[in-house]
Amino acid sequence: METLDATMPETILPVGEDRGGPAQPLLIVEGLTKRFPIGGGMFKRAQAYVHAVEGVSFSVAKGEVLGIVGESGCGKSTTARLLARLIEPDSGEVVVDGETVGTSDGMSLRELRRNVQMVFQDSFASLNPRLTVEDTIAFGPRVHGVSAKEAIASARGLLARVGLAPAQFAGRYPHELSGGQRQRVNLARALAFSPRLLILDEAVAALDKSVQAQVLNLLLDIKEDRALTYLFISHDLNVVQYISDRVLVMYLGEVVETGPVDRIYSDARHPYTRALLSAVPSMDPDRRTLEPPIAGDPPNPIDPPSGCRFRDRCTFAAEVCAALKPRPIEATPGSGHIVACHMADRISGHPRSA
Amino acid sequence: MSILTPTAPLTVPAEVLRSPGYWRTVGRRLRNDRVSMVCLAILALILIAAVFAPILAPADPYKASMLHRLKAVGTAGHLLGTDELGRDMLSRLMYGARLSLLMGCLPIGIAFAIGTTVGVTAGFVGGRLNMAVMRVLDVFYAFPSVLLAVAISGALGPGMLNSLISLTLVFVPPITRVAESVTTQVRRLDYIDAARMSGAPNWVIVRVQVLGNVMGPVFVYATGQISVCMILASGMSFLGLGVKPPEPEWGLMLNTLRSAIYVNPLVAALPGALIFVTSLCFNLLADGTRLAMDIRD
Ligand SMILES: Nc1ncnc2c1ncn2[C@@H]1O[C@H](COP(=O)(O)OP(=O)(O)OP(=O)(O)O)[C@@H](O)[C@H]1O
Ligand code: SF4
Ligand SMILES: [Mg+2]
Repeated sequence: METLDATMPETILPVGEDRGGPAQPLLIVEGLTKRFPIGGGMFKRAQAYVHAVEGVSFSVAKGEVLGIVGESGCGKSTTARLLARLIEPDSGEVVVDGETVGTSDGMSLRELRRNVQMVFQDSFASLNPRLTVEDTIAFGPRVHGVSAKEAIASARGLLARVGLAPAQFAGRYPHELSGGQRQRVNLARALAFSPRLLILDEAVAALDKSVQAQVLNLLLDIKEDRALTYLFISHDLNVVQYISDRVLVMYLGEVVETGPVDRIYSDARHPYTRALLSAVPSMDPDRRTLEPPIAGDPPNPIDPPSGCRFRDRCTFAAEVCAALKPRPIEATPGSGHIVACHMADRISGHPRSA
Repeated sequence: MSILTPTAPLTVPAEVLRSPGYWRTVGRRLRNDRVSMVCLAILALILIAAVFAPILAPADPYKASMLHRLKAVGTAGHLLGTDELGRDMLSRLMYGARLSLLMGCLPIGIAFAIGTTVGVTAGFVGGRLNMAVMRVLDVFYAFPSVLLAVAISGALGPGMLNSLISLTLVFVPPITRVAESVTTQVRRLDYIDAARMSGAPNWVIVRVQVLGNVMGPVFVYATGQISVCMILASGMSFLGLGVKPPEPEWGLMLNTLRSAIYVNPLVAALPGALIFVTSLCFNLLADGTRLAMDIRD
C-alpha cells in the first residue's frame, strides 16, 4: 500500500505508524460491555440498567471493511461510541494495532484520537452551525499543534479530495450545503486526523439513493488511497453487502453471527440473521427465502431474556436456549464464519443441533 | 499553491468565496425590521442625551428656584417644565438617563458575565455539578424578583452601590439558567462529540464550539431583562433604597414628583413615561433580535 506524500496539504498530520505488521488486526475488541443506569439521581442509586452492549468481541484486519448490522436499538451506535471512547466501557478491552487502549503501557487517548475517527449519521447535527466548513475541518489539526495557516490549507486540500471545490465550499456554513455535501465535509473532518480506522455510523443512511451511491464510492476510493480500515454501521443490508468484506450481526447488545460477507448473505446460520435477510426485498428469485419474518418487537433491553436473547422470537427455541447462553461456534472449520446459536453447537443438547 | 492527488491534479485556491457569516445575516434581517430600528433609534437618542448631558442640557439640573416651581411643559426657558423645587425637567431627565441606564444595564451586564460563565460550565460539565448548581439557583427562584431585590438591598442598606449589587444578584440566577439550558442542548449534539474526538481539552471545545452557539440566545434574553432591571432600579429609588436626592434618576424623580400629580400631571408623568419607553424599546429590540436570529431554511 502506498502512503501519501507528506508534502500534500491534505495530509497535514502524519499517519500513525503500522506497528504490528499486516498480520496484526488493526482492531481487537474483547468482551466490551456497557450498561446505562436509568432512574438514578444525584443521591439516588440507579433503578435499573439498559443492557446496551454485552460482551461484544470481534476483530478487524488491516484494510478490511467490517459491516455491523442489526435492528434499531441493538447497540450499534453504543459500540461505536465505546470504540471512540466517547463513553467509557464498564468492562472489556479494545486493542488498536496491538496496543490496549487506556492502559498505562498501551495507547493513550490522544493517540487513539489520531488513529480512530468517526463519521456520524446526522450530517446536520454533526456540524457546528457557526463555523465555516474549512474551520470545522481545520479544528482537529489545530488541536494537534498544526498552525492555523497550514490547517486551513490542508482543510482546502481535503475538501477537494472529498469532491467539494474549495473555492466554492470552504467559506460556507453547514446550512448552505446539501445532505450529501455535509456528509462529505464530515468525512473530510475525520480524514484531517490521518486516521487508520474510520467508524461510519449510518454515514449514508440519511442520503438519497443516488447521493448514497456517490458517497459510498468516494468512501471506497479514499479507503484504497489511504489504506484505511472501515467499521461500517448500517441497517441497510444492501449497502452493507456492497461495501463490506465481513459482516457482524448484533442482536440486543450481543454478537450473534459474524463472517465473510458472501457467507453471511448466502449461508447465514443464525435464525435472527436469516430472518433479517429474508426481510430484504431481493431481485433474485433464487435468493428468496421461505424464512418467516421476525415476529414482534425486540425484548426490553432493561431485562433481557436469559440464555439466548433471541429465544422469545425464535421458531426453533428449545429448553437449552433459555438455560444457557449459546457459545460462539465456527460454522465451518476455517471459514471465519462464527455463529452463536445452540443449533450450530454440536454438544449443546439442542434437538436440532447436528 | 498546487497539489496532486493520486487521481487528478488539483489547485488549492488561497482565496475562497465567503458567505456572509451568521451574525452578518442576523444584522441584515434586523435592519429590515422597522420596529427594532425605531427602538434602536430611540435608545440611541437617549444614550446620546445621557452621555452628552453636560453639553446638551439647557440648565444646571441641581439649581433650584423657588419662584419657578412646577412650571408646565412648554414654559419659556423650561421646555419640559420644572419640578417641585423649580429645577429644569429637561436637564434633570437628561442627567437622569445616565443613572437610570447605568442601573438598568450594568447589573444585567455583570449578571450576564457571571451567569454565562456559571451556566455554560454547569451545562457542559453536566452530572452532579450541574444538578447542585441548579438546585441552589432554584432557591432564589422561589422568590419574586421584586421581593428579592428589595430584601437584598434592605439587608445591604440603602445606597446606589448596594442597589447595583442587589440587582446583579437578582439577575444572576435566571441568566445562569438560560445559559445552562442552552448549553445542555448544544452539548448533546454530534458536533460536540466530533470535537471531543479531536482530543481537544474542554475549555477549547467550549471556546470554539459551544460559546458561539450559546451566547446569542443568552444575550437576547439578558437584553430583554434590562427593562425589568430598569423598572426594579426605579422602584428601589422610589422606595428610598437606591439613589438618594438630589441626584437626578428617573425612579427617584417619579417619587419626588408624586405629590405634584394633581398640580401638573404632565410633568409628574414624564420620568415614568421615559422609564416605560426605554424599557419597552429594550424589550422590543430583544424580541426583534430573537426573530432575526431564528434563521431557518
Ligand atoms: N445514554 C444512554 N442512556 C440510556 N440508554 C441508552 C443511552 N444510549 C443508548 N441507550 C440505549 O441503549 C440501547 C442501544 O442503543 P444504540 O443507540 O446503541 O442502538 P443502535 O443499534 O445504534 O440503534 P439505531 O439503529 O436506532 O441507531 C438502546 O436501547 C438505547 O435506548
Ligand atoms: S440459541 Fe436457540 S433461541 Fe437462540 S437462536 Fe439458536 S435456536 Fe433460537
Ligand atoms: Mg445508532
